[in-house]
Amino acid sequence: MTTLILEGSKYLMIFLMIYYAYLNFRFFGEKYDFRKLKLCRKQNGAMFLIHFLGFLSLYLSRGEEKILVFYGAQVLFFAFYLGLSRVFYRNISRLLLNNVCLLLSVGFLMLARLDMEKAVRQFVIAAAAAVISWIIPFIIDRVWQLSRIPWIYGGAGLALLLTVCVAGVTSYGAKMTLELGGISLQPTEFVKISYVFFVATMFYRSTDFRSVAVTTAMAAAHVLVLVLSKDLGNGLIFFLTYLFMLFVATGKWLYLTAGLGAGCLASAGAYALFPHVQTRVAAWLDPWSDVANKGYQIAQSLFAMGTGGWMGMGLDQGLPGKIPVVEKDFMISAIGEELGGLFAICLILICLGCFLQFMMIATRMQAMFYKLIAFGLGCEYIIQVFLTVGGAVKFIPLTGMTLPLVSYGGSSMVGTFILFSVIQGLYILKRNEEEDDEENESQS
Amino acid sequence: MKKTNPNPNANRNILRLAYVVSGVFVCMLLYLGYFLQFESGGVINNAYNPRVDLLSERVVRGEIQSSDGQILARTVTSEDGTERREYPFGSLYAHVVGYTGKGRTGLESLNNFYLLTSHVNLAEQVFNQFSGIKNLGDNVVTTLDSNLQQTAYDLLGDRRGAVVAMEPDTGKILAMVSKPDYDPNTIAEDWERLTADEEGEARLLNRATQGLYAPGSTFKILTLLEYLREHPDDWEEFHFDCDGLYENGEYTIQCYHGEAHGSQDLMQAFANSCNGAFAQIGLELDKGKFRTLTEEMLYNQELPLSLSYSRSSFSMTEDGDTWEILQTAIGQGKTQVTPIHQLLITAAIANGGTLMKPYFVDHVENAGGQEVKKFMPSSWGKLISAEEAASLTQFMSRVVTEGTGSALRTDAYTAAGKTGSAEFETGRETHAWFTGFAPAEAPQIAVTVIVEEGGSGGKAAAPIARGIFDAYFSE
Ligand SMILES: [Zn+2]
Repeated sequence: MTTLILEGSKYLMIFLMIYYAYLNFRFFGEKYDFRKLKLCRKQNGAMFLIHFLGFLSLYLSRGEEKILVFYGAQVLFFAFYLGLSRVFYRNISRLLLNNVCLLLSVGFLMLARLDMEKAVRQFVIAAAAAVISWIIPFIIDRVWQLSRIPWIYGGAGLALLLTVCVAGVTSYGAKMTLELGGISLQPTEFVKISYVFFVATMFYRSTDFRSVAVTTAMAAAHVLVLVLSKDLGNGLIFFLTYLFMLFVATGKWLYLTAGLGAGCLASAGAYALFPHVQTRVAAWLDPWSDVANKGYQIAQSLFAMGTGGWMGMGLDQGLPGKIPVVEKDFMISAIGEELGGLFAICLILICLGCFLQFMMIATRMQAMFYKLIAFGLGCEYIIQVFLTVGGAVKFIPLTGMTLPLVSYGGSSMVGTFILFSVIQGLYILKRNEEEDDEENESQS
Repeated sequence: MKKTNPNPNANRNILRLAYVVSGVFVCMLLYLGYFLQFESGGVINNAYNPRVDLLSERVVRGEIQSSDGQILARTVTSEDGTERREYPFGSLYAHVVGYTGKGRTGLESLNNFYLLTSHVNLAEQVFNQFSGIKNLGDNVVTTLDSNLQQTAYDLLGDRRGAVVAMEPDTGKILAMVSKPDYDPNTIAEDWERLTADEEGEARLLNRATQGLYAPGSTFKILTLLEYLREHPDDWEEFHFDCDGLYENGEYTIQCYHGEAHGSQDLMQAFANSCNGAFAQIGLELDKGKFRTLTEEMLYNQELPLSLSYSRSSFSMTEDGDTWEILQTAIGQGKTQVTPIHQLLITAAIANGGTLMKPYFVDHVENAGGQEVKKFMPSSWGKLISAEEAASLTQFMSRVVTEGTGSALRTDAYTAAGKTGSAEFETGRETHAWFTGFAPAEAPQIAVTVIVEEGGSGGKAAAPIARGIFDAYFSE
């Protein structure tokens, strides 16, 4: 009987995940609000069912009662978070809200399977971050000075990065972490947001040559400090995000092509300069000649995904623990191994769906400031997803990035919540404005 | 907030970038899909993948079969559900098929993943999963010929040594025997005795691929080749008078049992395996080029072989002294070679200079006999030119027709080869070598034989090759 439920759950979860991803993309094609609402309700149903089946499988496999308790806590959290968010902000984007919850639930499930203690920690941090970030849309709506203080964003961000570069703790070759009284922080996750705000405020003021030069210098300083900390993955995210924001703000292809050219040169330089970059590129090109050492991580990731195949081994039936730092850099491989390649692909599509939603919000914002913020944060998000997934499936060399909302990590969790809440804030702002317009029209 | 004059292009550019990003993601997902569908099977069949063993909880390990359908290994499930690996031929295939249980060796290890993967139809798999029945794993059909394997096994008898046979034009391994051996059925019970190895028999060692021996006179093939390269036009003028004992300063080299070969040209010296003649040739050779040649022939190199093997070594450098040269030229000295390596060199000569990668598995089929994966012959590359191969074939034919390989003289086919009697310790019998192929004009099978302390290659090893050729051509 147990095997029956376990096997059945596996296939049902894949089916529900495909259904959820399908609804996500159907949403973009829907015109009428009531239909959109219906889609979102179905998504909620699918998400709770996936979550339930996942934890049921885990419980049947492990037989530990704390799993049930943990599951109950999560259901309460999701129910309250989904419900209260809509009470506080009537016009919140339900699609984004659903996607956040889905990504969180899959992350909690895989973490609980890998390491219960970490899963509980992650859950507590996520719940706190969710509550705190409720205030962000409120701030965006009321505090119009946000667009006035570029040098506070830029200065504070750069100062934080410099602190990490000087006083940070090195892990896996890169300096990313600050140890503060027993808590380890990754300030880069927050600088990502201040950085986008900085660039957006600068270009909002002016896009003349002088402003572009000054902003470029400041952005370059960010990237340079990251490179000095050997945090090349984040360096790449900052670099590309700036380039794309510059392109959208000015509309000049020259900037984009020149920037990409410079980026290629810089990559070649980094390759020549840093031995660990050479190692990673070599491991990407051919992990098999040195499986025991250089190719170990990527080989284990591919073994996991390959052994899982399209349908997966079933939750708790694989060996994702054999992949080094699986709970951070290789969550997607663990998901592929146990929940199935199809499930993993749907998850990636949902991340892409979030990005597309960000882009649609960006196009609908009238003020350049808001437009650039939505666009810049969206770029940061999707580049990070691309780096982590691409690295895990050997599409690109490994960069050691995490999958936002799914991978383990407190700073990343809080940073991503802020990122999503800022965009929710913009969306709410826009929807409120539209409603006002409609009311005015109907009155006149 | 004021509405600044938004760049009219901004929205279009945002959408453009969104399309580009979506395109990149589609490429990445297609790549992942391609990996899952087509590449994952090859990737996960890797000794570093710890997951393969998990599969044994869901799949009954498949059979290993010979090319003619004999079952070499199968898993028997008793009524209480316990599984036992059974090897119906006992020790006959011990080294090549290997064992599973106390770790894994041989084909059991190389094909672990295929044996533990089930390709019974999907409906049946799903049904089995739901009802908790294990699926039947795929069967691995090898290139091994049960008749040749048995012949080689019987002819080697209770002597120590190894026999390997392969198709030179495909690389299919037809037989691989190593003795002394063990019974893989009782490996667990015998484990302590086998690993303690108090008699120094090294029964677990696959001598065919891991045994390192002095090549003896079989090495003269390479000495000859280097001489032909350095004397492309005047080698026919070579002449040597053999009185059974070659002297050079304080050093002496003896022909086998001190036999005086008399007046020898190059062809005769090779056919009779005249040590004096080849010692003198050795002194004339360019040592640097000679070393290069041996390394081109895969000495000190990796072999294209999936089974675990030892690496052959050739150690003479440009500053080797006279004694080292004299010894090395006739295959004594520090040179060490494995039987499989000898076979690969021989097969390349038989195949016009091109070495085919040796392989053991012809195809993998599901429990119902449907083919799942087929392995095709593949070339490693040229070891020597076609002209050199033709020329060496002529020399090796003479060994059989007029020289030390008389055991292979027959009207049924024309064989070519080289014998060897390798000294390894003063006062003990020499190791007997034979390596060769047949038919000389269109080779179909190549064989390498070593009999430890067998005495003369012509008397101890060549008859075994004869028996294998006879069996092969009477099939
Ligand atoms: Zn002689």
